[in-house]
Amino acid sequence: MRPLWFLLQKEFRQIFRDRGFIGRLFIAPAIQLILLPMAANFTVKNVNLAIVDHDHSTFSTKLSNKILSSGYFKLAGYTDFNSKADKLIENDKADIVMEIPQGFEKNLISEGSQKMAIEVNAINGVKASVGFAYLSGIVSDYNNDIRMELLQPARTNDQPVIDVITSFWYNPALTYYIFMVPAILVSLITGITGLSAAFNIVKEKEIGTIEQINVTPIKKWQFILGKLIPFVVMGAVVFTFGLLIAWIGYSIVPIGNLAILYLFLLVFLFAILGFGLLVSTYSETQQQANSLMFLFMMVFNMMSGLYTPIDSMPDWAKLVTHLFPVSYFIDVMRMVVIKGSGLYDIRMHILYVFLIGLVLNTWAIVNYRKTT
Amino acid sequence: MKQLLSFVKKEFYQVFRDSKTLVMLFGLPVVQIVLFGFALTNELKNANVVVVDNAKDLASQQIINKMEGSNFFHVEKTLWSSSQIDAAFKSGKIKLAVVFPANFNTDLLHLNKASVQVIADASDPNTATQLSSYVSSIVTDYQTQLSQNSAMPYTIIPEVRMLYNPDLRGAPNFVPGVMAMVLLLVCVMMTSVSIVREKELGTMEILLVSPVKPIMVIISKAIPYLILSWINLGAILLLSVYALDLPIKGSVLLLVAESTLLIITALSLGLYISTITKSQQAAMFASMLGMMLPTMLLSGYMFPIENMPIVLQVISNVVPAKWYYIIVKDVMLKGLGFSAIWKETVILIGMTIFFILIALRNFKIRLE
Amino acid sequence: MNETVIKANKLTKRFGDFVAVDEITFDVHKGEIFGFLGANGAGKTTAMRMLCGLSIPTSGEATVAGYDVFSQPEEIKKNIGYMSQKFSLYEDLTVLENIEFYGGIYGLTNKEIKTKSEELTDKLGLHKEAKKLVRSLPLGWKQKLSFLVAIVHQPKIVFLDEPTGGVDPYMRREFWDLIYDAADRGITIFVTTHYLDEAEYCNRVTIMVDGKIEALDSPSGLREKFNVQSIDEVFYKLARQAKRSAD
Repeated sequence: MRPLWFLLQKEFRQIFRDRGFIGRLFIAPAIQLILLPMAANFTVKNVNLAIVDHDHSTFSTKLSNKILSSGYFKLAGYTDFNSKADKLIENDKADIVMEIPQGFEKNLISEGSQKMAIEVNAINGVKASVGFAYLSGIVSDYNNDIRMELLQPARTNDQPVIDVITSFWYNPALTYYIFMVPAILVSLITGITGLSAAFNIVKEKEIGTIEQINVTPIKKWQFILGKLIPFVVMGAVVFTFGLLIAWIGYSIVPIGNLAILYLFLLVFLFAILGFGLLVSTYSETQQQANSLMFLFMMVFNMMSGLYTPIDSMPDWAKLVTHLFPVSYFIDVMRMVVIKGSGLYDIRMHILYVFLIGLVLNTWAIVNYRKTT
Repeated sequence: MKQLLSFVKKEFYQVFRDSKTLVMLFGLPVVQIVLFGFALTNELKNANVVVVDNAKDLASQQIINKMEGSNFFHVEKTLWSSSQIDAAFKSGKIKLAVVFPANFNTDLLHLNKASVQVIADASDPNTATQLSSYVSSIVTDYQTQLSQNSAMPYTIIPEVRMLYNPDLRGAPNFVPGVMAMVLLLVCVMMTSVSIVREKELGTMEILLVSPVKPIMVIISKAIPYLILSWINLGAILLLSVYALDLPIKGSVLLLVAESTLLIITALSLGLYISTITKSQQAAMFASMLGMMLPTMLLSGYMFPIENMPIVLQVISNVVPAKWYYIIVKDVMLKGLGFSAIWKETVILIGMTIFFILIALRNFKIRLE
Repeated sequence: MNETVIKANKLTKRFGDFVAVDEITFDVHKGEIFGFLGANGAGKTTAMRMLCGLSIPTSGEATVAGYDVFSQPEEIKKNIGYMSQKFSLYEDLTVLENIEFYGGIYGLTNKEIKTKSEELTDKLGLHKEAKKLVRSLPLGWKQKLSFLVAIVHQPKIVFLDEPTGGVDPYMRREFWDLIYDAADRGITIFVTTHYLDEAEYCNRVTIMVDGKIEALDSPSGLREKFNVQSIDEVFYKLARQAKRSAD
């Protein structure tokens, strides 16, 4: 046991001495936790709308006002000329162009229907479809307004009405922050601990101190534990720091039991550090470790359900993502922090991550034995 | 010139022998394109949904049938109570519950008014709003079905045309972003790390002592990554044309020229970072913070800029990737020419010159 | 009579078809300063790694400090010290912290560590630098400190792999003083080097060529046998037949 103690003492000394490291441990997470949620907002608002009004009638003016006062749209231009509007879409000044034809009001009343052209910049598919959905929703609302005006009121009461009462549980304000911040914290911890662990071991390989250790009576398991334990501590510290920032910066307070989170954090770190160890056994230089870890981090970030839902992925992708400990932790964080899920609810998550960790660590240790 | 060539050769050997780094450099664009193109989407499918049908009448059944028929939902019928729904949400089993009151149809027939309760797990607000609005529209459709007047008078018919991307695919949006990311990554991070590595190992001094001018040493470091970036660019364009069915509408030459401009900006940024960092780890970290993060967040390809707080919107103007993203979208997707992007190009050139100047200035200072 | 602390009999290491160490046989006695000379690629480092428990021999047998290199490498490690070519000390730890670490690893008690620390800093005159990072020490001091740390636990044998590379002759002389001191205290020194003049400092020297031991004797014995004035010439005579050149 004593050798392990001395190993740990050395590791911690080295970590604390690297001043840049401590900064990276706290500054990077802080910046990312503050910036990322602010930027990572997928809701569609402030759609730039250009209106080409060939009619200049009461109807067209009322319609335009109704659209602009909805709060979803910003007026990018109000013109008589199609060409001007087209230019606006080309220059990305307008996302949507709505053209009200000449004789709109007159023809609507006399013929009973009227077409209206809408052009949407569909490069961003989500923005296009949601923006169009808003617009057509408002147009159809306005349509009903016209009908109310022109038809006898009695006729409109004949229609059966089904009221859809929607309640949003756990996050009634529908804030995106509470959904993103815990997940981003997971991504950060993965990056920081996994990357640091891989680097640390590769650095010793690069410098040659590993050989020195090999000659001493330090057993392999002691060496590995001596490397992993500081990073578990580091992970817990960053996690706590992250929770604090979430609380202070975003007023996010976990509904569920904090102890459950820390328990899962431990299992998670077991897995992710095993992964870092594994990568280090395949790297000779820090640059290689960096390249490999970076590639994996990118895949984790994209596929773990952080930004896009796992349920929407094709089956092959779902299978792959279920191999990543990150996906489980993000799920657990969201479940426990936002909904207050309990230990029983996440029992399978714990089991799977533990198994994955077992595989990764075993693989890493076997590989490590072979290469040194 | 010959000396420069030998330096460049050495750099090439070093880069190409590091197979793991190469895997990352070439794997990155491929992975991103595969994932964005085939795996990631914000659209919902097969969401687990529960229906509590207390009415068990014609009306509720019709609505439930519509839901079962839709791709969005995977419907299970239960008789759960509120607390059971809560438990199901907490264990992640379902995302939404629809509850029909016992007198649904009777109310509809006699009072012309009935209500349906939709309970959404709003921990994921996007999913919750999408799912609940799908349910709403199904209910509204049914409501319209019931109405006596099938044809409504005075109808405005919007005719919509989706420009540039009629199928509403995700690809057009992210491919330009992937291009920016990959080019920046290769040039900034790899260049800075490579230079710092020589500093760390002590071989930089040997290079500086050789008869070759220091500026040539730097250029020799940059050239392999310039070429790698071109190869990467070519790979991405090929992939997007043939694998993602996204043709290049505008001039390929213009696209390559603008990309080269970005590459030079990135190389200068990489050089600058190498002058202010002492260790490889620090260089990587600086590249992450100074380049990767802003590119991902503020270039507009992952998250729309107009949604961000004003502060971030302003900061995004100094991120080169933001301007490049606009240029690529305009040239590649809209097929526009130089006249449309001359402003962005000038801005990018300005940034390039700025970075080159401060990088060179710093580099000269370091030497003395 | 001196006990034998290292015994090697037809010790061989093969890497595929390549025979790095070819059936070497020798004995090392307690308190001896035993030198392994040879050109780069001759097999000295490979041979030493086998004796340290870092590499399993392909065939032959050897015991180090009484333990078998095949079946008891862990026991060997407890009884030896090692100073590597590249690095023994952690640059980002202080002198005292390095002593503490290696002392603790080898099982010294806290009191023993304290005593040793004082002893070492006294011996090297490093009182002012004791709390400074090793990184800031000049190369000569680092080497000396490395050696003393390698024997902090009073091992039976200490293995030195090219310990004086890059150090000026004056420092090298001082370094060898430390080695003599250790040998006097009963520690056996097993040292590999390609500095031929250092052969003169050893009690006995082997010269390896192409994986084989071509000569094994005291320096004076070798000079007599080959009828030359210096070990250099002995070496050149043997090395001319060498076929391998890079380690």
